[in-house]
Amino acid sequence: MAKRIDVRNVDIYYGGFHAVEGVSMTVEPRTVTAFIGPSGCGKSTLLRTLNRMHEVIPGAHVKGSVQLDGTELYGQGIDPVAVRRVVGMVFQRPNPFPSMSIYDNVAAGLRLNGVKNKKILDDAVERSLMSANLWNEVKDRLGKAGIGLSGGQQQRLCIARAIAVEPQVLLMDEPCSALDPISTLAIEDLIGELQEQYTVVIVTHNMQQAARVSDQTAFFNLAAQGKPGKLIEIGPTEKIFSNPDEKATEDYITGRFG
Amino acid sequence: MSAATTTDAQVSFRRPSGVRTTKNAIATVYVFLATALAVIPLAWVLYTVISKGIRLVLTQEWWLQSQRGITPRREGGGAYHAIVGTVEMALICAAIAVPIGILGAIFLIEYAKGTKVARAVSFTVDILSGIPSIVAALFIYALFITIFGLGRSAVAVSLALVLLMLPVVLRSTEEMLKLVPNELREASYALGVPKWKTILRVVIPTAFAGIMTGIMLGLARVMGETAPLLILVSYAVGINFSPTSDTMGALPTMINSGRDQAPQLPGYERVWAAALTLILISMLLNLLARFIARASKLKEK
Repeated sequence: MAKRIDVRNVDIYYGGFHAVEGVSMTVEPRTVTAFIGPSGCGKSTLLRTLNRMHEVIPGAHVKGSVQLDGTELYGQGIDPVAVRRVVGMVFQRPNPFPSMSIYDNVAAGLRLNGVKNKKILDDAVERSLMSANLWNEVKDRLGKAGIGLSGGQQQRLCIARAIAVEPQVLLMDEPCSALDPISTLAIEDLIGELQEQYTVVIVTHNMQQAARVSDQTAFFNLAAQGKPGKLIEIGPTEKIFSNPDEKATEDYITGRFG
Repeated sequence: MSAATTTDAQVSFRRPSGVRTTKNAIATVYVFLATALAVIPLAWVLYTVISKGIRLVLTQEWWLQSQRGITPRREGGGAYHAIVGTVEMALICAAIAVPIGILGAIFLIEYAKGTKVARAVSFTVDILSGIPSIVAALFIYALFITIFGLGRSAVAVSLALVLLMLPVVLRSTEEMLKLVPNELREASYALGVPKWKTILRVVIPTAFAGIMTGIMLGLARVMGETAPLLILVSYAVGINFSPTSDTMGALPTMINSGRDQAPQLPGYERVWAAALTLILISMLLNLLARFIARASKLKEK
């Protein structure tokens, strides 16, 4: 079910602005890859190119190649909507649909893609909420509004919503930055479980989080404000955090800059 | 550290000086007076209309009978013919203006945001929302009656009202769509939902209560308009359901037709009762909008 991502020589632009330069990396199936680096270095931008979400911003475009198990995501005739069905995303701030109940939020992805069968929807909602470790907290109030939950619960609801459509890859853009430490821990445990089924890519500003949850860490940096962000180093998390090849990586991780 | 301690020692918990207390009192009085000045005329108008019109409005005939065969010197009859006309013309207007307004706003916010076209259309709509009703009426008169050679009719009135209602609906819908956070659209896209379905199933439901309020405000404005009625349809005292006939009763024209009655005549009271009826219908629409908005909202806990 999980898929492998190959990024080759990717350059990302917002209109005339060169945001990310020359990134190549491979993400193996059923692993967690963390993107770390200072603000503005293009981690989120790169993450959003993995499911063509950056195209939502007018003027954004990509050069290079992103492949999902060998299928070129930026090839001719590829529908970004179809890509996003396979590569799901969880955002920085919890964003459940305010007009929908907890049940409807989780079922939204399936329903809006044409699934009407009540049984399938019920099963998907229960399974997704269980995987997101939220089922026991909400099973008695599935009809209540999703925005009535606490921040941490809302974020787990958003994760349940993302995995209800059974994506192959799950992208997470700083999923814990708006949450308290206990909710963060819950999400981190969840990422560990999700890894068994999905390929996970997570952007984080929290070094300890990257060290705790990821198998592979990629460090991004930019030469100066207004210059494109670059991939400085990518490797097994243990190596990046104990014995990185680049001086910049070590400086960033030990807190000497950034 | 010692500098900080001395500053701390100087922190005072005494009341502000007399000058400041006085300034505060004066400002408080001003604010209160301004509020009172704004509310007094409103309350006065409401009191006058209710006190002079309530007797007739509470009778059954008022809601069930027309003014056919009733002269200003005679008691009796009702406003049914005018209510029918007002509601019918407002509904035809809404049936045209609401879809165009909402779809236009969706285009401007969801598809053409930030483009020259969007700015040009928004600017035009702003100008349109400033045109007096009589200009809208004369435009429809010129187009509908002079150029197309069609007769005066309730439909012509509705078309003039569309020109007045459209900007209200379009602008308010635009504002409501702007308030929907982009994160919700992105969340929907990330589920592999196409853009049109995102708009239909996520954006519109989120903005629904606000859009509804805009529609009701537009309707309330349009129902009180008098100029298009005077120019595009004659007042009729009898009941008429046909929107294409050239005469139809309406509450504003009912008020207008009786406005020069002497205060001791029964016709005088009917003018006030018609005014009260118009206010009541507007209020009813407003309550209905709130009810729909509330019913569409989910319980949080």
